[in-house]
Amino acid sequence: MSIPLFTDEPVRAAARQLFKSLPMPGRLDEAWRFADTKALDMSPFEAMPAPIDGDPARFVKRSRGLTETAGKMIFANDQLLSREVLDASLAQKGVIWKPLEIAAAEHPELFAKHFMAHGAPLGSEKFAALHAASVKTGTFLYVPRGVEIDLPIEVFHWLSGEKNSSFPHTLLIAEANSKVTLVDYFTGAQPDASGLAVGFNDLYVGEGAQLNYVCVQNWSLQTLAIQVNNTVVGANASAKSLNVNLGARYARNESASQLIGEGGRSDMLSVTVADGDQVFDQRTFQDHLAPGAFSDLLYKNALDGGARTIFAGMIKVEPDAHRTDAYQKVRNLLLSDNAEANSMPGLEILADEVRCSHGATSGQIEPEELFYLLARGISKNNAQRLLVQGFLQEAIDRIGNPALAEKLGEIMRAKFGN
Amino acid sequence: MKSLVIKDLHANIGEREIIKGLSLEIECGKIHAIMGPNGSGKSTLSKVIAGHPDYTVTSGEVLMDGENILGMAPDERARKGIFLAFQYPMEVPGVTIANFLRAAVSARLPEGEELEATEYYQRLYEKMDLLEMDRSFTARSVNEGFSGGEKKRCEILQMAMLEPKYAILDETDSGLDIDALRIVSHGVNVLRSPDRGMLLITHYQRLLDYIVPDVIHVMVAGKIVMSGPKELALELESKGYDWLTEEEPAPAV
Ligand SMILES: Nc1ncnc2c1ncn2[C@@H]1O[C@H](COP(=O)(O)OP(=O)(O)OP(=O)(O)O)[C@@H](O)[C@H]1O
Ligand SMILES: [Mg+2]
Repeated sequence: MSIPLFTDEPVRAAARQLFKSLPMPGRLDEAWRFADTKALDMSPFEAMPAPIDGDPARFVKRSRGLTETAGKMIFANDQLLSREVLDASLAQKGVIWKPLEIAAAEHPELFAKHFMAHGAPLGSEKFAALHAASVKTGTFLYVPRGVEIDLPIEVFHWLSGEKNSSFPHTLLIAEANSKVTLVDYFTGAQPDASGLAVGFNDLYVGEGAQLNYVCVQNWSLQTLAIQVNNTVVGANASAKSLNVNLGARYARNESASQLIGEGGRSDMLSVTVADGDQVFDQRTFQDHLAPGAFSDLLYKNALDGGARTIFAGMIKVEPDAHRTDAYQKVRNLLLSDNAEANSMPGLEILADEVRCSHGATSGQIEPEELFYLLARGISKNNAQRLLVQGFLQEAIDRIGNPALAEKLGEIMRAKFGN
Repeated sequence: MKSLVIKDLHANIGEREIIKGLSLEIECGKIHAIMGPNGSGKSTLSKVIAGHPDYTVTSGEVLMDGENILGMAPDERARKGIFLAFQYPMEVPGVTIANFLRAAVSARLPEGEELEATEYYQRLYEKMDLLEMDRSFTARSVNEGFSGGEKKRCEILQMAMLEPKYAILDETDSGLDIDALRIVSHGVNVLRSPDRGMLLITHYQRLLDYIVPDVIHVMVAGKIVMSGPKELALELESKGYDWLTEEEPAPAV
């Protein structure tokens, strides 16, 4: 069986060639401003993910997600370990939920039309080429017109072994008036193993459809992680995405949302818990192509130790996108004098009757708030953790799923516990 | 006899002395009330006892059941049994009442012991019922967007959950409507116990009709200038404070 595009060796070779020919981002690249591009050295890592050794069951066991889900897929080192469909009616309704390479073979047109169709507009063209050359599997989810999936679908990607690599991909097509929630969990199997992760998302939200997408990035603390997310939002559709950033040594996250239909809405949310010498480098693009659409970005970063965050966000209102509402808010909570948060908001407005605002603030824990918790007998450490979680909660609550919010809280507490 | 003893306490904010040689003993099982003009240092006293870092104690002692607590961090004092219901409770965005109180209750458990969730919620709901608080409050962020009266009620809820040995209630009555005053006072009276001492700070005699104190103190310019039975409150309400300080006028605030 031949799988067009996907295992097509010439296509892969071309991508590999492109990766080689594109220059490494340098200090002077505007798209990489403030980033330490030396952190991008990929030479130590495996070019292709090495298979897991030992018993795969241990990853399945560790993939603890929500109590109630519509389905669960588990990968380790880009190898499918398990696929559980818990809602049997999905297939009858025409939902396609398969590993990417299978879907590419079975639905070549759908695949070809959407797979990496929007490139990497925020600076990671080179790494997108690497992803195209190296991707083996991932999630393909197609939700037909009008189909509503109430419970979240969960996907786990584990990266195991020293100097190993992973290239997770999520391709999601939500047709008109459909509804779906997808959660990706990226996790490092060994806390100190070094690794490379270059992931890519294509999220398509059709007219009137509603998508909730959450990605929990919890790679090992020695991982170089690059993630490119492209979301396309149709008329009267709603796309809410939340990135929870916990892991990696250097994590670059590029998220672009294109609003292509009137009345579409995109909520771009992010929470980051940075400590030690972690660097989280976040680039965003709210691209308003259609009139009367709405986008609202809220990024919240809590920084401890010598951690650093970089935020560069652009709101672009294209000439026809009249009556646009676009907002962008970055909030940094500095828990240490050595932590550093850089924020670079940007605006480009080419239409009329536009409401836009952007702003970034940095602050510290309010001493009176801290005292209030201490006065209740809560230790200083726990009080700080609670206040940090409280600070991040605003973005998490915007997803509007209490069970998921609780799960995310639990995962974040595990990081604080270290 | 168990008591919270304040001995010749002097405390500053920056260079300015606010508490100027204050002595007071709150015995277990008793309720004391402090009244006094605005700016006389009542809230300062309560925060010094709770361990607020902005205030420096320059001399004097605060002994809880014989143990000097002034060297302890605020959280340690609280775990040992000090509770302060704040005059102006802080808003804590993103931290729900349920999680906040769970952390506070857990902090009092012996090392290694975990809070039993069902029991915890049972107790929480019981106390909320007592204070006639809607259960939906548990999911709301602490004090965020609460009305003045709701904040005060929430302070008493916390006291009820934490069961302190010595509680200081700083103007818990202000901002409460008549019904709320009755409900909150009932909540406080339920907590009245031979094992618990309380200090009520108030401007109004009305509160003391509901929570009848054993002793009333008058604080002026950082000191207790008079103590007496509960009837003293009535006298203060009709006469004001000026007659107490004719020889030593209180500084204007
Ligand atoms: N953090 C602070 N910084 C500066 N001044 C302070 C501070 N805390 C208290 N003070 C001052 O100390 C004095 C006593 O204040 P405090 O709040 O203790 O009075 P109070 O008796 O509680 O008054 P009220 O009845 O109005 O609540 C006031 O003059 C106040 O301005
Ligand atoms: Mg006061």
